[in-house]
Amino acid sequence: MSETMNLTLKVWRQAGPDAPGEFRSYPAVANEHMSFLEMLDVVNEGLTEQGDDPIAFDHDCREGICGTCSLMINGTPHGPKRAVTTCQLHMRSFKDGDEILIEPWRANAFPVVRDLVVDRAAFDRIIQAGGFISAPTGSSPDGNAIQIPKDDAERSMDAAACIGCGACVAACPNASAMLFTAAKVAHLGLLPQGQPERERRVLSMVHAMDEEGFGGCTNFGECQEACPKEISIDNIALLNRDFVRATLGDRESGVRRTAVM
Amino acid sequence: MHLDAKIPAGPLEDKWDQHRADLKLVSPANKRKFHIIIVGSGLAGASAAASLAELGYQVSCFCFQDSPRRAHSIAAQGGINAAKNYQNDGDSTWRLFHDTIKGGDFRAREANVYRLAQVSTNIIDQCVAQGVPFARDYGGLLANRSFGGAQVSRTFYARGQTGQQLLIGAYQALERQIGLGTVKMYTRHEMLDVVVVDGKARGIVVRDLVSGEVSSHAAHAVVLGTGGYGNVFYLSTNAKGSNVTAAYRAYKRGAGFGNPCFTQIHPTCIPVSGDYQSKLTLMSESLRNDGRVWVPLKQGDHRAPGDIPEAERDYYLERKYPSYGNLAPRDISSRAAKEACDDGRGVGPGGRGVYLDFAAAIARLGEDTIRERYGNLFDMYAQITGENPYRTPMRIYPAVHYTMGGLWVDYNLMSTLPGLHVIGEANFSDHGANRLGASALMQGLADGYFVLPYTIGDYLAGTKLDAVDASHPAFREAEAEVRSMTDRLLAINGTRTVDSFHRELGQIMWDKCGMARDKAGLEEALRRIPELRAEFWKNVRVPGAGATLNQSLERAGRVADYLEFAELMCRDALVREESCGGHFRTEYQTPDGEALRNDETYSHVAVWEYQGADAAPVRHEEALDFEFVKLATRSYK
Ligand SMILES: Cc1cc2nc3c(=O)[nH]c(=O)nc-3n(C[C@H](O)[C@H](O)[C@H](O)COP(=O)(O)OP(=O)(O)OC[C@H]3O[C@@H](n4cnc5c(N)ncnc54)[C@H](O)[C@@H]3O)c2cc1C
Ligand code: FES
Repeated sequence: MSETMNLTLKVWRQAGPDAPGEFRSYPAVANEHMSFLEMLDVVNEGLTEQGDDPIAFDHDCREGICGTCSLMINGTPHGPKRAVTTCQLHMRSFKDGDEILIEPWRANAFPVVRDLVVDRAAFDRIIQAGGFISAPTGSSPDGNAIQIPKDDAERSMDAAACIGCGACVAACPNASAMLFTAAKVAHLGLLPQGQPERERRVLSMVHAMDEEGFGGCTNFGECQEACPKEISIDNIALLNRDFVRATLGDRESGVRRTAVM
Repeated sequence: MHLDAKIPAGPLEDKWDQHRADLKLVSPANKRKFHIIIVGSGLAGASAAASLAELGYQVSCFCFQDSPRRAHSIAAQGGINAAKNYQNDGDSTWRLFHDTIKGGDFRAREANVYRLAQVSTNIIDQCVAQGVPFARDYGGLLANRSFGGAQVSRTFYARGQTGQQLLIGAYQALERQIGLGTVKMYTRHEMLDVVVVDGKARGIVVRDLVSGEVSSHAAHAVVLGTGGYGNVFYLSTNAKGSNVTAAYRAYKRGAGFGNPCFTQIHPTCIPVSGDYQSKLTLMSESLRNDGRVWVPLKQGDHRAPGDIPEAERDYYLERKYPSYGNLAPRDISSRAAKEACDDGRGVGPGGRGVYLDFAAAIARLGEDTIRERYGNLFDMYAQITGENPYRTPMRIYPAVHYTMGGLWVDYNLMSTLPGLHVIGEANFSDHGANRLGASALMQGLADGYFVLPYTIGDYLAGTKLDAVDASHPAFREAEAEVRSMTDRLLAINGTRTVDSFHRELGQIMWDKCGMARDKAGLEEALRRIPELRAEFWKNVRVPGAGATLNQSLERAGRVADYLEFAELMCRDALVREESCGGHFRTEYQTPDGEALRNDETYSHVAVWEYQGADAAPVRHEEALDFEFVKLATRSYK
């Protein structure tokens, strides 16, 4: 059997969006096979039994794909391991005696709901603005009617792997949503099906991003480091090119207004 | 309860076309006068919500996650089937239909399954148009892989993230409609009741999971796409929030529950590592394309896998099922793994594991090819176990994965409660007693994109629906019941946590109603579950308040429903005195240990009708008539 670790957690507790928050300390016992969230489950079982309020945190799939889990762990989104979400982080990344600081994502556009749970609805609104291909059900040609070079499909898939967790925003000193937005612009813009709406898409998504109160991108690159799916900042360059082309091209001067209605 | 499956007459190939021609239409100008509630934003719910809104209906969509994109469908890995025959390997609508009927051990409705196979090809077209980045060959055409229970290559995939990509496609179509104002989306809302007015489903009661507020929503029709109930076993491959609550509360309001005992145990999951375990992780079935399953020949052989010579290994699937080998269907593969472990030949801690070995494939194709095909799955395995599957075989064991049972629906996807439609994994579905891999995504999207948008119009056009709003007394009563349940849960203030009850229930279900079932075990479960339920209502501790985000309270409500629903599953398993698909009654097996069906007595869907808290539910039967396929003993040998 593996060795037991004794840890001290310093956890951000906040009763609601407008309530003041504070760090509180909790002892935790873990072993290396547990996931980080299982370690928190055990802490919560203990708190419940003692009559305390368990720590609220978001999670669902626990497989690193739904993007629900979050957490700043010792100042890093999703903790110390590269390319891993909090739910996939295992306690073998920690050692006996460690003190672990656990905070929610911090960004104006992601208000705290309770404890470690934040509201990421702003991401959905960015998608609403243009993160789609308009292809109503039933209107599509045969799947093999358009050939898509394998490399293009792969690059599109690399960008489409984004799970919308928000780690990029949490990592960015400006709390910018540029990597999230760029991943969508690239996913759709790299495919032939995405061309008709390419300019309109980038303009309205960037506009929505600004409206939501995310900060500007100053190319720190921290987002890429924090991304559990290793989405590349090359996508941001692609977005910038598309944005400039769409703006300068001025082909559709009304786009900005109509696309964000 | 009257069970009329409404299967259209005529030749199998023409039923759906003829039915579509016969369905009543709602005129374009009238569509906007109809309000449809869709609960669920998984593949089924999101595709239905987007498609209905595109048609012009007013739609409200609900999910309990913080975004519709996070529905459990996102976790599907391996792929989606479609009878495109792009590989020219002999696939056809008929073959997909036949594979699915046979895979389901002849316990599904022919007409529904045939329609599923027919629309499967439209799904791929639709998803490509939306920008789903399916895998492609160098020529730029769509690639395919094989899945269990089939001898053709018809599975479309996007790396190991097919569910994610399909859901994002549907989610984007849904968000587009939300942006256009045709869908109103309610995230972090949990449906806690269906409201029935004049015998028809006319709305729902929900709890806002952030504010705790309980409110009512009225509509002309209600659609549930709320997923499966595998978490009744506590440990499963499902997302933590997956639940039976929506379906079970609809059952209590009069919707019949079909085949609740039909559960799928998936053969390739990462074994349990300790009692803190919160869920089990699937290793996609697609791995069985290249991985070989084996255990040591000798009992208690604790040598490292690399030290066990070929001659002392038992590749038991290849041995027992030479024509399908490692691609034998899930129920059969799972039982074979259990048998090997019961025989003392299991590997890893506790001996509950078998090897899934890629050494031969890596030698044949090279590590790079294997990485390209399954890289993310290998990474996930390494992350969870700390072992490198490129060097040492994976250890896998069966785990609860999918539920074929669900609310009974007719050919139009309507339950026995008029106006309540059920789509995706939540309905009793087209998979009979065992689902083939890559067919759930197909069914969810078939229901949502290509079936419900037609059939619900027929209901709306052909039904007299009085104006009803949320001030109707039926809504007030349902709300009051929801509030009183919440208050009761919070007031108990006992000593045990919600999870401790859930784990205990899960253990009972796994032991007595899991991979193998028998009369004595099921009867024991039927004694123990009510005892556990009684203890729950006396001794559970739900901390915190109702008027705030309270995750313990959310779980408590779901576990309360599981504690009732588990009994229904066991009852259903007890009455079905045969083995079929995932339902294996040890009393009914062939001399070589295969499932022994009893078509004389059990060629039917069992549909349960709720009779109140203190009465036993009543069991009805929908006979399954096989007009077009010949009932045969399922063989994969
Ligand atoms: C790990 C894994 C891998 C899989 N891989 C494959 C695969 O490769 N191929 C395949 O075909 N199938 C696969 N499956 C099965 C398949 O993913 C599911 O059956 C399918 O996605 C279910 O879709 P759904 O839309 O019916 O439900 P879900 O995706 O489960 O969605 C349910 C929705 O209902 C909502 N909901 C539930 N209850 C309530 C409530 N009370 N109130 C409000 N909202 C509620 C949820 O918020 C969610 O939006 C896999 C399953 C798992 C677990
Ligand atoms: S819980 Fe789904 S990504 Fe972590």
